[in-house]
Amino acid sequence: MSKSLNILVVEPDASKAQEISQALQAHGWSDVTVIASNAQLAPILTQLDPDLILIDLANPDRDTLEHLSLTSEAKTRPVAMFVDHTDHIMTKAAIDAGVSAYVVGGLHKDRVKPVLETAIARFQVIQKMQAELTAAKRALTDRKTIERAKGLLMRARGISEDEAYTLLRKTAMGQGRKVADIAEALVTAADLLK
Amino acid sequence: MKSTPVTCGYLPLVDSAPLIIAKELRFAAEVGLDLTLAQQPSWSALRDRLAFGNLDFAHMLSPMPVAMSLGLGAATAKIDALMVLSLNGTVIGISDDLAQAMKSHGWTNAFGAPKSIASAVLAAAQKPLRIGVPFPFSMHKLLVAYWLSTDPAFCAETVQIITVPPPQMAGAVADNRIDMFCVGEPWGSVAVQQSGAHLILSSSAIWQSAPEKVLGARRDWVAKNRETTDRMIRATYLAAQWLEQPQNIPLAIDILASSAHLDLPDHAIEPALTGQFAPNFISFHNGAANFPWESQAQWIANQLTQRPQNQHVFRSDIYREAIMPLGANLPKVSHKPEGAMTHPTAIAGTKGPLILGPDTFFDGAIFDFRGEILPKN
Repeated sequence: MSKSLNILVVEPDASKAQEISQALQAHGWSDVTVIASNAQLAPILTQLDPDLILIDLANPDRDTLEHLSLTSEAKTRPVAMFVDHTDHIMTKAAIDAGVSAYVVGGLHKDRVKPVLETAIARFQVIQKMQAELTAAKRALTDRKTIERAKGLLMRARGISEDEAYTLLRKTAMGQGRKVADIAEALVTAADLLK
Repeated sequence: MKSTPVTCGYLPLVDSAPLIIAKELRFAAEVGLDLTLAQQPSWSALRDRLAFGNLDFAHMLSPMPVAMSLGLGAATAKIDALMVLSLNGTVIGISDDLAQAMKSHGWTNAFGAPKSIASAVLAAAQKPLRIGVPFPFSMHKLLVAYWLSTDPAFCAETVQIITVPPPQMAGAVADNRIDMFCVGEPWGSVAVQQSGAHLILSSSAIWQSAPEKVLGARRDWVAKNRETTDRMIRATYLAAQWLEQPQNIPLAIDILASSAHLDLPDHAIEPALTGQFAPNFISFHNGAANFPWESQAQWIANQLTQRPQNQHVFRSDIYREAIMPLGANLPKVSHKPEGAMTHPTAIAGTKGPLILGPDTFFDGAIFDFRGEILPKN
């Protein structure tokens, strides 16, 4: 079943844009257009005539969109969902998930709600995946840095690997910092002294 | 003392300095606040997060709380401006194309002569003049509109205001999407380096005491957390005071460049803080700069709507009570005629004479909203 709503997604990250677009299409909204940036948003709005715009809450282009809501003609005027205070729970969910929605041309709220719910759910999944990915990358870098710092200490002080790690940990505890931070400081200092 | 956690949103601009200093030099910790600074990607995002309770305080463009209180734009929550964080600190620049066109009309490339520049700009501009500002509710927009509209050649169709996020300003000039811009440092200098733009004015040349950023908080939140609010005002006040001492500037630049809060190198921070562009390019504290004058809010409200407005957004009452324990000298009144002080002027303070100003507009206009005149020298 195709639901006739013209949805515009503004998202510079191609894979993320595709995720959102696919999620919307899977829920029956087939008319989804994706653009990477809204630098030329005014002509695009006139041309595409969307009913609803979805944009990452963190996207700096939102300030431009905000301005259009003050200057455009009523027909193409994007109005932020947040203006409507009646659904505080959904607004909060949207902010937490990092998605903002702009309604164009006075579209009825009941038709926006399911789209936004789908978008919120998808943004939450993406957010969780990105957080996990960042954490995994960070853990890997930390481990590499700690290995290098241990190596430096073992060579410089002629101690064992375990002793090197204990020394790093003791220093970290003494300074109230993380082992990885101490290791990084040591590695940076060693690079400078080369 | 167990410290109270508070979160303050900010945009990574040089004028967020008082908040960064309050955290890094432990002014916040000393008043019992565990201050988290949360960097925001845009003014809209900052406003939404403040309005819906994800942030306790925020570094805001001074017209934002006024606009929100007047119901303009999205997320119209009641936000109070607790103190002014900085006066001015923004620059106005033009594209090289516009500069060349102005030269052919006899403009001589002088920095800082608002009247003659306005005439030259309007004479040379391909109509309409496209002006980039960071947000529709900003002093950038209000000052540029005020400045150009005083020229006889100006009419509403002459200019088109376009919102461009500051980091994209240089690109917008390069892509010929804007002819002119008003932006906070370092983004004006970046536009000069990257797209051949020319700086023509500092915002202080239009209004010498224009309140640029304020510390904002939700009115209902402040009512429930008054003690925490007062402590935040005190910490920020002390940080601003520290920041305004000339001998602290080199250290301030180091702290701002090395902290994770600004993604800016020190050479991008230095010109704005050392006043390289103009005298009194930016003020953080002196001349009662932190005092949230009700007449400043009134000027903003008038410019936003072009008619008088009843609003009580700049909370001089809260500021007074918060600052009182520090023993600071505060003005006895909370409103003044804006633009009346052509040079530093002594007015009555709670602890003796208090030096204010100058606060003039480039065209000599005086905005007296209460009809009460301060004693002049």
